Amino acid sequence: MTATQIQSPRSGKPGAGLIAPKYRRTGGSRGNFEMAAWLFMRLSGVVLVVLIFGHLFVNLLVGEGIHAIDFGFVAGKWADPFWQFWDLAMLWLAMLHGTNGVRTIINDYAEKDSTRLWLKTVLYAATTVIIILGTLVIFTFNPCPLDANGVPLPGGFCPAP
Amino acid sequence: MSAELAEPASKIELPAHIGGGGEIPTFDVTLRVRRYNPEVSEDATWDDFKVTMYGTDRVLDALHKVKWEIDGSVSFRRSCAHGVCGSDAMRINGRNRLACKTLLKDLDTSKPITVEPIKGLPVEKDLIVDMEPFFQSFREVMPFLINKGHEPTKERLQSAEDRERFDDTTKCILCAACTSSCPVFWTDGQYFGPAAIVNAHRFIFDSRDDAGDMRLEILNDKEGVWRCRTTFNCSEACPRGIQVTQAIAEVKQAILSRKI
Repeated sequence: MTATQIQSPRSGKPGAGLIAPKYRRTGGSRGNFEMAAWLFMRLSGVVLVVLIFGHLFVNLLVGEGIHAIDFGFVAGKWADPFWQFWDLAMLWLAMLHGTNGVRTIINDYAEKDSTRLWLKTVLYAATTVIIILGTLVIFTFNPCPLDANGVPLPGGFCPAP
Repeated sequence: MSAELAEPASKIELPAHIGGGGEIPTFDVTLRVRRYNPEVSEDATWDDFKVTMYGTDRVLDALHKVKWEIDGSVSFRRSCAHGVCGSDAMRINGRNRLACKTLLKDLDTSKPITVEPIKGLPVEKDLIVDMEPFFQSFREVMPFLINKGHEPTKERLQSAEDRERFDDTTKCILCAACTSSCPVFWTDGQYFGPAAIVNAHRFIFDSRDDAGDMRLEILNDKEGVWRCRTTFNCSEACPRGIQVTQAIAEVKQAILSRKI
């Protein structure tokens, strides 16, 4: 007498007691990436609190405060390597912190693999562009650009030489 | 017959407000049960049952009354009915609870009490879900003692302090209330889930166990502890009062301190 095998309902199509594909863990990424990402979120968060509040304090409260902010103020800050480094650290940490946060949200909420792939592609592309562009601006910023003849370009921020 | 003796007065004088007669107040409750039967329809519906219950009754008693007296086709799991076996976890008024530990008088009986199957696991019928994915994750963390040393002739001794270290996580009854309350598990069925991590914690921090590193490696997976968003749904849902989120955090720290 052969025993009739009764499948557990709705769990995997062929064979009994199988686990539905939705629950089957596929290819465990054994690296430490998720751990590193988790740790980075916490560490960058702490550093960002210092950087951002320092940024706000110097820009909005010190001296004339908010009334002092103009093109010249920013130009003056970026003439100083200290503030160049400060803003660079803020840009990179905030961008990576935010990107990782959104990556997490996409992982949590996107249900289809294709949706997840596309959202992440857009996210990583945006991040790359913003980080590269921002870094470029911080290091190549020139408040008084000259044209080919050595004459300051119009804009009127810099006194005529 | 005048020979019948009057009942002697009670020796203990009870104040009137206690109402010592043992009369338990009754009230009417509407039980709104999520019904699903794949042999009839792919769609789940709500069924309302009005039952008269006592102040000492639990949601499980109301379900029994419905099943035994009104509609025998209502399906749910229960075994011990006393909060030990962990069979009757369900979503009561939107929160994961054991039906056998939830008193009706603690709920708002003026409104219908909703009873649904726990979320995130495939529903088989009415309140019964397929627990297989849940137990698969449980098995994968190796929830048993692994000891490389020689087997002692007597029991394996442990100090009270060492035992205390993992006492909280020994209380798990595998009811799946935590895992099925986790919003990460709802969308990502591959996540190990709080219950598996709790049961790994129980052995990782057991001084008699030698396979803690193996379990930590298993939970260092992308579907492991790092998937936890510390929403505390699991701690809130646990009928045994296990600090689930804290246990997960301790496993995270154990992985970190081992890697760095």
